[in-house]
Amino acid sequence: MTTAPLADRATTVAARATDLSKIYGQGETQVVALDRVSIDFRQAEFTAIMGPSGSGKSTLMHCVAGLDTFSSGSVRIGETELGSLKDKQLTKLRRDKIGFIFQAFNLLPTLTALENITLPMDIAGRKPDRQWLDSVITMVGLADRLGHRPSQLSGGQQQRVAVARALASRPEIIFGDEPTGNLDSRSGAEVLGFLRNSVRELGQTVVMVTHDPVAAAYADRVVFLADGRIVDEMYRPTADSVLDRMKAFDAKGRTS
Amino acid sequence: MFRTALRNVLAHKARLLMTVLAVMLGVAFVSGTLVFTNTISDAFQKSSAKGFDQVDVAMTADYQDAEGDRVGKLHELTRATLDKSERVPGAASAIGVVQGFTAIADKDGKLIGEGFQSQGGNYWGAEDPRYPLASGHAPKGAGEVLIDSETAKRAGYKVGDTVRMSVDGPVLTPKITGIFTTDDGNVAAGGSLTLFDTATAQKLFGKAGVYDQIDVKAKPGVTQAALKAALDKALPEGTVSTTTGKQLADDQAEAISRSMSGMQTALLVFAGIALFVGTFIIANTFTMLVAQRTKELALMRAVGASRRQVTRSVLIEAFVVGTVAAVTGLVAGIGIGAGLRSLMGSFGGTVPDGPLVIKPATIIAALAVGILVTMLAAWLPGRRAAKIPPVAAMNSVHAKATTKSLVLRNTLGALVAAAGIAVVLAASTMDGSDGQMPMGFGAVLLIIGVFILTPLLSRPLIAAAAPVLRVFGVSGKLARQNSVRNPRRTAATASALMIGLTLITGMTVMAGSLQQAIEKMASSSIKADYVVSMANGNALSPDVEKKLQQAGDVTATSPMLNAESRIDGQTEYLTGVNGAAIGDLVGPKVDQGTFKVGGTQVVVDSETAKSRGWKAGSALTVSYEDGKKQKLTVAGTYESNDFLSGILLDEKTLAPHTSDPYNMKVMVKTSDGTSGATQDKLEKALGTNPAIKVQSKDDISNEIAQMFTLMLNMVYGLLAMAVIVAVLGVINTLAMSVFERSQEIGMLRAIGLDRKGIKRMVRLESLVISLFGAVLGIGLGVFFGWAAGELLATKLATYELVLPWARMGVFLLLAATVGVLAALWPARRAARLNMLEAIKAE
Repeated sequence: MTTAPLADRATTVAARATDLSKIYGQGETQVVALDRVSIDFRQAEFTAIMGPSGSGKSTLMHCVAGLDTFSSGSVRIGETELGSLKDKQLTKLRRDKIGFIFQAFNLLPTLTALENITLPMDIAGRKPDRQWLDSVITMVGLADRLGHRPSQLSGGQQQRVAVARALASRPEIIFGDEPTGNLDSRSGAEVLGFLRNSVRELGQTVVMVTHDPVAAAYADRVVFLADGRIVDEMYRPTADSVLDRMKAFDAKGRTS
Repeated sequence: MFRTALRNVLAHKARLLMTVLAVMLGVAFVSGTLVFTNTISDAFQKSSAKGFDQVDVAMTADYQDAEGDRVGKLHELTRATLDKSERVPGAASAIGVVQGFTAIADKDGKLIGEGFQSQGGNYWGAEDPRYPLASGHAPKGAGEVLIDSETAKRAGYKVGDTVRMSVDGPVLTPKITGIFTTDDGNVAAGGSLTLFDTATAQKLFGKAGVYDQIDVKAKPGVTQAALKAALDKALPEGTVSTTTGKQLADDQAEAISRSMSGMQTALLVFAGIALFVGTFIIANTFTMLVAQRTKELALMRAVGASRRQVTRSVLIEAFVVGTVAAVTGLVAGIGIGAGLRSLMGSFGGTVPDGPLVIKPATIIAALAVGILVTMLAAWLPGRRAAKIPPVAAMNSVHAKATTKSLVLRNTLGALVAAAGIAVVLAASTMDGSDGQMPMGFGAVLLIIGVFILTPLLSRPLIAAAAPVLRVFGVSGKLARQNSVRNPRRTAATASALMIGLTLITGMTVMAGSLQQAIEKMASSSIKADYVVSMANGNALSPDVEKKLQQAGDVTATSPMLNAESRIDGQTEYLTGVNGAAIGDLVGPKVDQGTFKVGGTQVVVDSETAKSRGWKAGSALTVSYEDGKKQKLTVAGTYESNDFLSGILLDEKTLAPHTSDPYNMKVMVKTSDGTSGATQDKLEKALGTNPAIKVQSKDDISNEIAQMFTLMLNMVYGLLAMAVIVAVLGVINTLAMSVFERSQEIGMLRAIGLDRKGIKRMVRLESLVISLFGAVLGIGLGVFFGWAAGELLATKLATYELVLPWARMGVFLLLAATVGVLAALWPARRAARLNMLEAIKAE
């Protein structure tokens, strides 16, 4: 199993967390969700964050994506340090530099598929890059569904709209929170395929939280979290290798 | 079941708050009205009962009906009648009562109180038991008067002061010889009462030697009824009516409660409107609560609750909410009742003192109204709750309104609205009073129809606003789409506002058009520069016209003398004018012949002429008051109006036949036209008399305008209630929308819409809903205003629709403000929403 970084990958860092901690509550009831986590997300890399429930994987993603505040440490997206940003600047950063894919699709039911895709640009008041938009739409295979509303689309199609929305504004980094959690395995595979293609072919950076080893196998790199700490990472994962590693953690957890 | 319902109420406190407030406002208005009117009428009744203490039996003269060529007139109560009544067995004493108008000026020469509230009377003998003297002594002769203590206090008069007053024209400057206290209702209500000695009062009021009423006091031990019987026996039948003091007090009490009940009904109508609007909010809230609890209710059904139990649980919830609202509303209403009374007091309308009256009926009405309205409004949502299939507990899909039900709704709405329009249009072609009922009915139909159609109307109307909303970018676009997302809810919310604005606009259109019509009539029919009349509308004394003629710059004058006559066995009113000058002073539209008055030539208004079958050139035989007959010729017919109607003849022709002509007004033409200086000159010529009004045409217009403004402002104030309730509805709907869409809002925040954008989105949605309601309301209001105007136009030739554009703009602006204000709290909530929780929430 390879653990060395890939030599042919670009080494520019799209997002970096340094000594990131997130602590809820105080005193006796204090819960440490993230315990001095340091991690880099390199450009044009597809990273999966895995770990059991309560390991802090979602919290890590939320903090890095500027959705949540953190207690100490630092987070940078590109050149921007998030810790010093006010809500308004954070919002602008999310709008311009980050794409999101949620488990529950989170499309606006009143907008058509196309309007949902261009929503982040609409919010920013920017005109979408027509050519780029077309290629994204072609990639996710929604060309003939653009005028439909979310209620007229299947779950897989809705999540493809969400993927297109995340890609359309050419963000520096895309975060996915269990993007296949609500999908059947075929639709899930499609969505993951698009994400991997966007990394391979378009040079997009993607970070995805998942608990599904099959989903994690689409990533270039898997980071394992437990009790708010990074306990391991793996490059070029396969579903089996990820599953084995998870089992090993479980066993360790039980025996220790 | 009850416990579940109660728990639900507690769990949704915040959401039910708006419902409670809406019902509470309505109930407070109802109970406030009842408490206020009961309190006032109780106080008035007590004070008037006191006023009849001194009267055991009151005698008034009977009216002798007109018969054949004889004009009807009153029998006379003379000194002889009084002496006779005093000698009747059982009678202790008798007082002759003389009453009339007496204007009294304050130290600046201004009239105290309103014209109609300025009363005068007689002080009987050396010590009148009706009016206990607080200071001074009884008046003697024309140079001495008494005034009531309230007026003395208001104007700062003391015994020994000289006061300017007027009864029938000339200014009097008597000395105040005493100040008395009285329970007189008119004085209690802010009027004045001036007393002369009996002979002076009789002379001034033009009732030489006669009394208006004779009050007889019984000897101790003699009942009022016995005295009345004795008086009836002693006096000639058919000349005098006798009434016991108790009967008088009862009659007055009844009259007071009758006049109060009119006011009560009017106020309750407005309370009803507010409550009606409130039902929309209640229905909305409960629909939402039921929708939110679909799973929970389905679970109850799944574990064995029957449909009835589910419906009942919703109704119990409504009962609890209604009770809370009704009780708080009642308490607030009692406060309003007390507040209204002191408010009335501070506006000069003095109300006699008395305890706050809270009748059991008030409490029952308030509670019943609050609870029933709430339960009624929650009934439909409750039934819908029962229809939730148990399987809905297992999946999260919310049952949506089917298209079919909207199709049915739209069809029904279109039919009802069309019927309403048809009835209103048909009624508008009818004649004045015949059309009122059908028009009211049609208006109600149309409002109901439009209300049913509102969901359908919301799409095109809100789509029309799209270009404006586009300016606001994504927030605008989302706001527009959100507002049509739940057409029923948007419709119910907008309807609440629509009803208030329909009424407000309708009233404004009608009042504005009416005002203009009357002003136009006044200015087109009056050519005189000034019209001189008494402040209370009484007759002017003859020397007023003489004094005016002697004032400089006056070129022509004419009196308007009212006299009764009989023509062909029917009563006809004559107006005596200065035939030579009348053509320069009035300018009515002449229909036939010429407008020529003089000698035996008269003019008749066209309506009378038509009903009598007279034409220009017809001859008529008039029987005057003195019984003499005269042949007159109709020179022409003219279109009548409020200022001029009936038969106009020359005063010189009329004079020999009337002993005491009743002069309504004097019209004056001056060489200078109307100017401040001329008006001063005329007023000076009349001795700066507080009882006489000298009005230019503009003054008359202003007087009319003021009346309408006052009326409109009152209506606005009352309808403001309905608007406030509607605002609560908008707040409620937005809060529910924000709650329902928290996941979407969280997502929008995540992908980069800042707090400002979220706030703007909610605000714009609120604005769109409010303006939608306003546009519908103003549209309907204009239509009703137009239709009602068509009815009025049959009675008022100068009526013409006037659209109050500025006012309508203000209403739109008001609706926009309502929208923005209503969105304040929901928008803040939306912007503060916890993004992560919102996204995670299923």
